[in-house]
Amino acid sequence: MRIARAEHSRRHFLGRLGAATVAALLAGCDAASRSAWLPKVLGVGERASRSAQRLASSRRSMAQEFSPADLSPQFRSNGTANPDNPEYQALAATHFADWRLKIDGLVERPLKLSLQELRAMASRTQITRHDCVEGWSAIGQWTGVPLSAVLRLAVPRPQARYVVFHCADPMDAQGTLYYESIDFDDAYHPQTILAYELNGALLPIANGAPLRVRIERQLGYKMAKYLMRIELVSSFANIGAGNGGYWEDQGYEWYAGI
Amino acid sequence: MGIEGSMKLPDAPATAAPERGAAQRSYYRHSLAVRLLHWINVVALCVLLMSGLQIFNAHPALNWGRSSYTGAPAFFELAHGFPSWITLPGGHWLAMGRRWHLFFAWIFVINGLTYVIYSIASRHLARDLAPTRTDWRSIGRSIVDHVRLRHPTGEAARRYNVLQKLTYLFVIFGLLPLVILMGWALSPRLDTVVPGWVDVVGGRQSARTLHFIAAWALVAFVLVHVFEVLISGVINNLRSMITGRYVVESEHADRTR
Repeated sequence: MRIARAEHSRRHFLGRLGAATVAALLAGCDAASRSAWLPKVLGVGERASRSAQRLASSRRSMAQEFSPADLSPQFRSNGTANPDNPEYQALAATHFADWRLKIDGLVERPLKLSLQELRAMASRTQITRHDCVEGWSAIGQWTGVPLSAVLRLAVPRPQARYVVFHCADPMDAQGTLYYESIDFDDAYHPQTILAYELNGALLPIANGAPLRVRIERQLGYKMAKYLMRIELVSSFANIGAGNGGYWEDQGYEWYAGI
Repeated sequence: MGIEGSMKLPDAPATAAPERGAAQRSYYRHSLAVRLLHWINVVALCVLLMSGLQIFNAHPALNWGRSSYTGAPAFFELAHGFPSWITLPGGHWLAMGRRWHLFFAWIFVINGLTYVIYSIASRHLARDLAPTRTDWRSIGRSIVDHVRLRHPTGEAARRYNVLQKLTYLFVIFGLLPLVILMGWALSPRLDTVVPGWVDVVGGRQSARTLHFIAAWALVAFVLVHVFEVLISGVINNLRSMITGRYVVESEHADRTR
């Protein structure tokens, strides 16, 4: 009996020890999440994923394209649905007749393109799946100009490594404007287009009118809406907080292929 | 493996005092590699589950098909998601949940691959996990034993029973590969390796649902596993997974002593 009781209290002790350890570990994980070092350590996973995914698929690997039967009845609008920006609202009031897409930075020929000029260029139409970082997907048909065609017009300089999208939608009380960036693999990818049509109609304001970018091998937050300016840079360290995008500056990964 | 091999004594001499008349002797049950891989897996699975629920909470609904908006409603939905005490980090923080998840996914996959390679190379798989012909014949009795919570003692306790073997094999070669594959299916870049491969399971949202179901099936396995550990001698079981030593009550006390 004595042995049984000793065994019992031993188990009881082990149980309490286990519970206390779990509680301490959880508190530790939360504290570490707010530290400066842990996100950096965990970021190793992101870099490993990026390298592994580039090994597993070619630079030109194509995202799945769907049939009209797969179209989502209504394409979900996420994030900004109508930019709270007087400049943007003025452009929208005249159906973007005065809107111009600026292409500048490390290019030989800075450009200003109107919607009409973009529409006059050769277009690509694709039915693709939009995967949000939150977990949902929606399928839509997009028509637009391949970004590669616009870049060829502007002639990137040899130092240019990234394409930065500057947008019209303010994201916070300070009026921080949305921005995003991609590398040249995605910039010259055949499915990377500057879309002005969704499901055969003019791109609605809720989905990024007059122009949004489609980057089909990455998550939704890369696909900037309400495009105003495309800037070619050698590094995005001096843009925003230096992480390559609005959400990246909030802790999301720059590489959103996973 | 040299050190381990030398530690693997066939039958160590009895160490413990006899209890209720039976002699006890311990033997080396789990190799150092298995023990290490087991505990790394415990940590990785806990982090993956909790950070996975954090990620799930960003869109706490499950759909079947190629997209979430097919016209059909979600078949599973949680109005407020999972409570913060079970998510990592606690509270709503998707970006950090993803960092935890996608880092420990690497640990989990590397650890699992190491285990599979080790188990084949060391014959752990063939020796301890593959059911024998006798095992298959005893399956009915094993089911009855499990239902009655009766556990093998003596020599029989040295081997995994047939239900245990089949469960481990199902988890190692069924559930774990499924949860990994369905995780990969959620990556838009990996979906481009062979465009449309996710349609094998019905599309990306089906894959997300299967990832979720497989994760909870793993939780169910862990609950049963821990329950069995608790009722079949928790100290002995824990010791064997920490130090390697497992004590059995000898049926042939006279001869071994």
